[in-house]
Amino acid sequence: MRARAERFLPFALLLPAVAFLALLIVIPMIQALILAVIAEGGGFTLEHFERMAGDVNFSDAWRNTLLLLILIVPLQIVLALVMALLINSRFRGHGFFLYVYAIPLAISDLAAGILWLAVFTERGYLNSSLQGAGLIQQPILFLSFENLPGILTAIVVAESWRATAIVLLILIAGLQLIPRDFFEAADVFGAGRFRRTIHVVLPLLRPSLQSALIIRTIFAFQTFAVVFALAGRNMPVLAGEAYVWYAANRNEHLAAAYAVLLLGLTIVATVVYLRVLGLREAEVAR
Amino acid sequence: MGFALVAGIGIERATKVFARTTAIKGISLDIKDGEFMVLLGPSGCGKTTLLRCVAGLEHLDDGRITIGDRDVTDLAPRHRGIAMVFQSYAVFPHMTVEDNIGFGLRMHRRPKAEITRRVAEGAELLGLTSLLARYPAQLSGGQRQRVAVARALVMDAPVLLMDEPLSNLDALLRLQARADLKRLHKEVKRTTIYVTHDQVEAMSMGDRIAVMREGSIEQVGAPMEIYDRPASQFVGGFIGSPPMNFLRGSVRAGSFEGDGFAFPISRVPPKVDGRGLLLGVRAEHLRIGDQGVPARISVVEPLGDHALVTALVGKTPIKVQAPIDVRAKPDDDVRLAFDESKARWMDAETGAAL
Ligand SMILES: Nc1ncnc2c1ncn2[C@@H]1O[C@H](COP(=O)(O)OP(=O)(O)OP(=O)(O)O)[C@@H](O)[C@H]1O
Ligand SMILES: [Mg+2]
Repeated sequence: MRARAERFLPFALLLPAVAFLALLIVIPMIQALILAVIAEGGGFTLEHFERMAGDVNFSDAWRNTLLLLILIVPLQIVLALVMALLINSRFRGHGFFLYVYAIPLAISDLAAGILWLAVFTERGYLNSSLQGAGLIQQPILFLSFENLPGILTAIVVAESWRATAIVLLILIAGLQLIPRDFFEAADVFGAGRFRRTIHVVLPLLRPSLQSALIIRTIFAFQTFAVVFALAGRNMPVLAGEAYVWYAANRNEHLAAAYAVLLLGLTIVATVVYLRVLGLREAEVAR
Repeated sequence: MGFALVAGIGIERATKVFARTTAIKGISLDIKDGEFMVLLGPSGCGKTTLLRCVAGLEHLDDGRITIGDRDVTDLAPRHRGIAMVFQSYAVFPHMTVEDNIGFGLRMHRRPKAEITRRVAEGAELLGLTSLLARYPAQLSGGQRQRVAVARALVMDAPVLLMDEPLSNLDALLRLQARADLKRLHKEVKRTTIYVTHDQVEAMSMGDRIAVMREGSIEQVGAPMEIYDRPASQFVGGFIGSPPMNFLRGSVRAGSFEGDGFAFPISRVPPKVDGRGLLLGVRAEHLRIGDQGVPARISVVEPLGDHALVTALVGKTPIKVQAPIDVRAKPDDDVRLAFDESKARWMDAETGAAL
């Protein structure tokens, strides 16, 4: 009787999570898949994908999404890594920095976008500071649709501010899992801070880097609220198009097609990371 | 490597305080160039901490450490000219055995050919040649420990620090490795600090042994000196198998008297009449016969080449090393004779030898 109960206990404990995932993720995902390949009058079709690919904004959205991904992800990983290594070196007051870095985690992405909008607009904090310091006469239009580098910079800054902290936390957790003797052995055997990082810390941090990259890349594909707040539709992105087609143009099929495209991209990226950064089997034999 | 060739180690009043314990209490110890110094003591007495202070992995709260003619107290480990075997091995899990052994040489930017040659030599010495391509996760604990030893041995650092480097090897391998390390030290006279709590290892390898207890050094000396003339009850009781026997009592008019015994003695230490004393005698200096101190046999353990006999003198159990054909049986009343010149007198209060 008891053995039986123990056999079922794990399943019972997993059940709420499974139900939650099924209800909120798996079912909508299947619905999206179906919506994307069903014609208005019923029956299988690829016309939504064709229409998506032919849309005026599609190539821009595609380009912008990839551009943001390429700009934001490496920047965030490097930033977070430097910050994590600094904090892990336990200098005086490192705890304070950890709290400061973690503040943006508590802010929703739309709020973050609006916050940075207040910095970058024509009469925003940045322009008034620059003018106040006498560095410029006229306000600079950072967010004008003619100023693509300006918009990009603003979005990259806002996104980095908002979402570097999550990468930082993952990396700090990873660093703390590495036994200190490995750092000590590296030091004793002649590696200075830099080579210690290259030869010992980074390789041992690979599992955490992998998680951080996967999470960040998925988020980057979904970048949307911050972009919307700062650039409106001057800067279409894939996730934004899905939203626009659903909410504004009321075409759920096309919105679903975008969503499926994003899902595909996410899966491809995840598989690549797992392959490239995964531990060799020999390293984890036990 | 540009380190001093002459590298004696000087430890002066070294103190290390952790949150709740003072792990090292003002230890001073001079280790000569090329000397093999063993730190011996029970678990938690501060052996590892002292070694880590010499390595620079712990920062001293007080005192000074010199290597050669340099004061290294505030120097980073990598600038001290040391190689080290960690008690926890600290073998890098993301590198093969080969890369682990060659790690220090690579960090010191040695030529490729030299690294390959030395790694091969080190692997050979520790029987790792067939395992060079493996990762640590694919090794047994003992093999991993040997990788840690090889990684330190291939360095030509003038100072070698080893923290229980053989603790995880089986008895046979350990005997072999002990001999190898000893031979190696004869060939290349590196100043070595060797931590162990195995007294046999300490006796057989050390030029000198420092016996530690609760963060202090109780006695430093050549192995036989420590064995024959322990400076305290603790040292006598820690070294030797079985440990030294102690009888508690006091001297009155040429007779040593204690709980349930009294026997005449001829060599009385000066000015001890009436004071609490300990008489320390080693098992091999006692003989069972019909002269000497009355005792009653309680246990006889045959151990192959000799028998270990436990006899009660008064109420104190005393271990005697007897010939294997000894005719004693439990409950026999016998007498124990001992060589007074080999006995040690100690103060019963402080445990210090008189
Ligand atoms: N990092 C630390 N923080 C707090 N206390 C410590 C720390 N390291 C060691 N100690 C304490 O200092 C004392 C000496 O420890 P140490 O590791 O030097 O002992 P040891 O002689 O090497 O013992 P063993 O033979 O078990 O390895 C112990 O009481 C231990 O609990
Ligand atoms: Mg130790």
